[in-house]
Amino acid sequence: MELFGIFFAAFLINNILLIRFIALCSFFGVSTKIGTSIGMSFAVIFVMTISSAVSWVVYHFVLTPFHLEFLRTATFILTIAALVQLEELYMKKMVPNLYRAMGIYLPLITTNCAILAVAFLAIDYKYNFLPAMVYSLGVSFGYSLAMVLFAYIRERMALAPIPKWFQGYPIAFITAALMSLAFLGFTGMFGL
Amino acid sequence: MNLWKDFNAGLIKENPVLRLMIGLCPVLAVSNNAVNALGMSVAVAFVLICSNWVVAAIRKVVPDEIRIPIFIIIISTFVTISDYVMQAYFLELHHALGVFVPLIVVNCIILGRAEAFAYKNPVLNSILDGIGMSLGFALALVSIGVIREVLGAGSVFGLSLFNPAVAATIMVLPPGAFITIGFLMAALNKMEKKVL
Repeated sequence: MELFGIFFAAFLINNILLIRFIALCSFFGVSTKIGTSIGMSFAVIFVMTISSAVSWVVYHFVLTPFHLEFLRTATFILTIAALVQLEELYMKKMVPNLYRAMGIYLPLITTNCAILAVAFLAIDYKYNFLPAMVYSLGVSFGYSLAMVLFAYIRERMALAPIPKWFQGYPIAFITAALMSLAFLGFTGMFGL
Repeated sequence: MNLWKDFNAGLIKENPVLRLMIGLCPVLAVSNNAVNALGMSVAVAFVLICSNWVVAAIRKVVPDEIRIPIFIIIISTFVTISDYVMQAYFLELHHALGVFVPLIVVNCIILGRAEAFAYKNPVLNSILDGIGMSLGFALALVSIGVIREVLGAGSVFGLSLFNPAVAATIMVLPPGAFITIGFLMAALNKMEKKVL
């Protein structure tokens, strides 16, 4: 039940894009087509789960025993960058089909702040290993949901008559505001 | 003259937030009141100016192939410094900004300026570029913070202007950030056609 609560809170109530405002560059950058937004979402689910597991282990079994917690920022970003490269090499060799589907999104993810933020937040919330995993899964599913929904709306919007000054990014922000308002409605569900 | 141009570019013409659309996450997340917005601007300015300075100073000895990891190490050093200083002297602000302080390390503005400007220019120009860019960032961040605080809580920098009961609370909640920046960009689009 506790794990379900963590998942649900990360998935909808504290949606990483619309409520927490993390990883917005990718939210506005790759959401113009449905195909690219789905590719990005799968890449995020994949990388976020692995990298939060690795950074949790690094923090608790390498940094904490040696009292090097202050090196956390530098360590995590290097770990994640190295991990993404490794994953890319591995996928290219072992699962070329999957690599072709999400290959171009993998290097972009190194600079996606959601990956780093989840690694930090799982430490800040003092989660154990299993809750940390459930949390990162919830966050990445929430990312995908918001991303794909937003891409669907933006594809429709390309054909809509929009006031001249609002074309492009301004109307995208207004749309995101309305989606954020809808997600705000989940607050308080299941007593969370 | 050239120095002035380097300084000036970041303010309006290449304003990182409203023009180049980079570094958006902290702008939206911590702009729910003017004090948080100012605190975040100062932290970003410190990291940006210092990292521009160090990158420009060592640009001739850094091998081209591994420059990005080196930049990241430099940036994360300054981010860690500002994180710990804030924790020691401004604990309340540190709690309000939360995870966005360590996340300055992946803020595209900082790595972007290191790569696009400081790596190719002398120290003085790079420091001025850092100051100009961080003023542009602060301008956008603090103006969004002030707008949201006035409309959403009826106060500015904590000073009460009118009864908060008649304020639109939605403006200090997450959707308010998207609305404010959307309208601000539309206004800038309109202005640009007339003035520039």
